[in-house]
Amino acid sequence: MLRTVLVANRGEIARRVFRACRQLGMRTVAVYSEADREAFHVREADEAVAIGGAPARESYLNSDRILEAARQARADAIHPGYGFLSENWRFAKAVQDAGIVFIGPKPDAIRRMGDKIEARRLMAAARVPILPGSLTPVANAAEARRAADEVGFPIILKAAVGGGGIGMARVGQEAELQSAFTTAARRAQGAFGSGELYVERYLERPRHVEVQVFGDDSGEVVHLHERECSIQRRHQKLVEESPAPNLPAASKAALTSTAVAGARAIGYTNAGTMEFLVDESGRFYFLEMNTRLQVEHPITEEATGLDLVVAQLRVGSGEPLPWRQSEIVQSRAAVECRVYAEDPTKGFLPSPGTVSKLALPSGRGIRIESGIEAGSTVSVHYDPLLLKLVTHAATRAQAVQRMADALDACVIEGVRTTVPFLRRVITSDEFRQGRVHTQMVEQGAFNA
Amino acid sequence: MPEDIKAHITGVVFQIPTKPGDRVAAGDAVIVLESMKMEIPVEAPRAGAVREIKVQEGQTVQEGDVVAVLE
Repeated sequence: MLRTVLVANRGEIARRVFRACRQLGMRTVAVYSEADREAFHVREADEAVAIGGAPARESYLNSDRILEAARQARADAIHPGYGFLSENWRFAKAVQDAGIVFIGPKPDAIRRMGDKIEARRLMAAARVPILPGSLTPVANAAEARRAADEVGFPIILKAAVGGGGIGMARVGQEAELQSAFTTAARRAQGAFGSGELYVERYLERPRHVEVQVFGDDSGEVVHLHERECSIQRRHQKLVEESPAPNLPAASKAALTSTAVAGARAIGYTNAGTMEFLVDESGRFYFLEMNTRLQVEHPITEEATGLDLVVAQLRVGSGEPLPWRQSEIVQSRAAVECRVYAEDPTKGFLPSPGTVSKLALPSGRGIRIESGIEAGSTVSVHYDPLLLKLVTHAATRAQAVQRMADALDACVIEGVRTTVPFLRRVITSDEFRQGRVHTQMVEQGAFNA
Repeated sequence: MPEDIKAHITGVVFQIPTKPGDRVAAGDAVIVLESMKMEIPVEAPRAGAVREIKVQEGQTVQEGDVVAVLE
């Protein structure tokens, strides 16, 4: 069993991982940037190491500094959390090469699934349905047009080394293709250092449904059922739930078995998520694989009663999976709302500042994963996620009602947050009836 | 009449796609801020020529700070 775990992250996810470490009797090491000297997560660890300046590239994205901190604190494992270096295969490999356990999949799996075109090819070979489109990069608008002619407009241009919705562009018709291609390639180049793009058919009103998978070193892979994550802005999730409502049993069974087959095909180990788009007819298509712990993992934990982070640490220690597939049952319904420091009345513009007042709900069926406390500074340098509200209950209707009450009891002052918007989502007829799709937020379905 | 262009949010100057003397149309990005992993353009409120850029890449600006001046 591992003795000392360094968490190469900040905020709520660092605290979440520390909690699992403590449960297993492991020593915890935090890292922090200059901006995070006073941060909540720093005080909770057994040891904390400063790693550099406030900009993430000087600290949380600086692999050398993080490895140095791990050596200094004698950590025998590094948990990357999500974001930052979590899906950087070079970092995972550098950790391994330093003789430290990387809590996550093997570097090769991260690399192969991080290249979105290779991922499409691998999944197609494993009989996982993919969206019609190109299986090689399109070098220019003319090549994109040829690919588009085969799948039909609208199409979406995506960055081959993409993520977070950057370098993606919906193209409704041929006339828009040239300028969309130029913009998407430039943005992808700027963000990822590669302007390589590919083409996929664009689905107009799909649902985003994903499957949590988990593998161990023996080659065993299980799934922990699905999550519905269609309420998104800028391709980033705001509300998630498990089980997915209105998903026919046959679709669900096909989704979960497909996800497991896809993960097996690449010899996947540790926690990962296979993301799918589901169209109105119930047909589903592979979107991408997230080769790390997801932000929304708590709803799977509450729906199944299992601890994903403890399992990550155990499997990372070389133990077999702690559960058999038959033991993994969705026995409850769970909902998560992400509270971001953003102003929903201004197109979700960031709202940095200082949290002057904080009062959060508590009680039966409520779980909070927070990275802030009253007095916390919300910096311009990092992701604006403040905290996650999770509710669970025996039925979906109860869990949703609990979420509505929890949001009403949530008081955050000093920065603008997504809470008022989340209240409108949770109390809307569409959400209550589970009739959601990924375009709803941008189409203004929940505007005041 | 010169007109100040102010940052509408707090952030770090990510990119300066214009320089003094450039003509811009209403809505063009005069500078681009980065805040909380998002790139946010500060747009020209009207058409005109850029008279002065008051910030540098990497600099932190507060909401309401003047970042550029239109001719």
